[in-house]
Amino acid sequence: MRTLLDTRLLPAIAVAAIVIVLPWFFPSAFYYRIGALVFIFALAVVGLNLLMGFAGQVSLGHAGFLGIGAYSVAIGPVYFGMPSWLSLFAGAVLSGLVAFLVGRPILRLKGHYLAVATLGFGLLVAIVLSNEAGWTGGPDGMSVPKLTLFSWSVRSADAWYWIAGTTFVGGFILALNLMQSPTGRSLQAIHDSEIASLVLGIDVASKKLTIFIISAMYASVAGSYLALFNGHVTPDVAGFLRSIELVAMVVLGGMGSIVGSLVGAIVLVVLPQVLTVFHEYEQALLGLIVMVFMIFLRRGIVPSLAAILQGWRK
Amino acid sequence: MAELLQFVFSGLTVGAIYALVALGFTLIYKASDIINFAQGEFVMLGGMMTVFGAQAGLPLPVAALLAVILTTAVGLALHRFAVAPARGATPVALIMITIGASIFLRGVAQIVFDKRFHSLPSLFGGDPIKFGGAAILPQSLVVLASATIIVVVLWLFIDRTMLGKAVIATAANRLAARLIGVDTRSIVDFSFAVSAAIGAIAGILITPIALTSYDAGTLLALKGFAAAMLGGIGSAPGAVVGGLLIGMIEAMSAGYFSSNYKDAVAFLIILVVLIFIPQGLFGRAKVERV
Repeated sequence: MRTLLDTRLLPAIAVAAIVIVLPWFFPSAFYYRIGALVFIFALAVVGLNLLMGFAGQVSLGHAGFLGIGAYSVAIGPVYFGMPSWLSLFAGAVLSGLVAFLVGRPILRLKGHYLAVATLGFGLLVAIVLSNEAGWTGGPDGMSVPKLTLFSWSVRSADAWYWIAGTTFVGGFILALNLMQSPTGRSLQAIHDSEIASLVLGIDVASKKLTIFIISAMYASVAGSYLALFNGHVTPDVAGFLRSIELVAMVVLGGMGSIVGSLVGAIVLVVLPQVLTVFHEYEQALLGLIVMVFMIFLRRGIVPSLAAILQGWRK
Repeated sequence: MAELLQFVFSGLTVGAIYALVALGFTLIYKASDIINFAQGEFVMLGGMMTVFGAQAGLPLPVAALLAVILTTAVGLALHRFAVAPARGATPVALIMITIGASIFLRGVAQIVFDKRFHSLPSLFGGDPIKFGGAAILPQSLVVLASATIIVVVLWLFIDRTMLGKAVIATAANRLAARLIGVDTRSIVDFSFAVSAAIGAIAGILITPIALTSYDAGTLLALKGFAAAMLGGIGSAPGAVVGGLLIGMIEAMSAGYFSSNYKDAVAFLIILVVLIFIPQGLFGRAKVERV
């Protein structure tokens, strides 16, 4: 029992340690900014990984939920006078509700059909956000009021680093526990064979819907953070490229590896920053690196490296 | 009535382009089970290379031919250097590779060409032809005629030649195809090359109407993918019908409803269709073995 507890908590402790130790090596506030962005994206990616890596359901429209969360903290305070933190919760609830309504019909679809349906959903959100200019400011977006907690206005990058880091660790532990729960185990069964799990008496439809809702809420919270952190939000947050970016982080880090979600987010947040040195070549290099990673570490960075390490030990 | 005719024509024109992109998706999927998200970049490359070839002083037909040949080479290279080395990877990993390739090609196009919008002169001039009260661009007719020719030639080829039958065999069962002596790797090579060529032609055809730029491929890939799925993935007639349908829906909703929401209407209808017909219009339901 003790060892079981240890192995289960070990990754969580390691990640928490990383969050705490990392700032010692930060030479400037800019690094806190990057760190905060990494954790914000990693949060969304953990959620998406629950859906993709564990339940085996693809979503090419997850940025739609990122968008709902982002615009909640923009519209809530401006039009309804709601405090930002309350808007964040409202956004998460709204995302869960939307996921519930959308998820029921489209999660019956499989493989590429599910991909195109979720893609359509994401696009719908992005289109609505850029066309309802009266509420959202249209394609130019709108500014987001700063987060205020107990009359303390959060604006500095290091404050955001700690908020995002803490939330990420929380989301990380939640995801780990979820995967060990009966729901998590049935999801993995669904991943392996939907029909077999149906025969075993697993309520496949409701399990898939549950995880879809949870992953939508992860994305929504991440979207809210992103908007509050940037102080500005545009419909791009819900766009197709954002959805692809999230999927890329999941796949690059490793499907089904929660630690991989963090690694995927680190790679795809930090890499573009490094590549800005190369100016024009940035996009070409980014594409090239994604290809090379996927060709040589096809199961994702963390699972592939783990397999290599295991090979050495033997 | 004239209005309706006008919308029908613009819908068919755009729809024909979507259909060609969808055919590209279908061909590669048939031969290799891969969804190639760089399909839109083939379209972009065809258009951009022709534009820059013409700017460099080449006659338009020569520039167009060169663009098709070069894009075909890019398609082959994509398979040889990116997709083939990752054989046996999961479908999602393969999709990520093609997405990486699409980002890469976009990045390269940005450097080699530029970031501006470009157009091409139409072969038959820009004066619209009056027909039943509607004004039709000559280029629209070129698009429709070329798309029809491509579809017919492709069909004849697949149906009547040995190589075409090898493609069908590969699509049906790769292992069995290999056992009867089909070089399946060359078949997949071939499907990438043909898809790239079709994409490039689509790009050249649409540029006089819709402009092109280094990032024009993304949206076209999306629409083409959606069209292929609407028709039922892996079904060539489905791809054509799906493409034309999406073009028509867009044109109608832009004309009668709101041009801002034309994409939204198109995807809404796709969602509804898929909810009621989960395998697409022409797709076959897959039976899962346990």
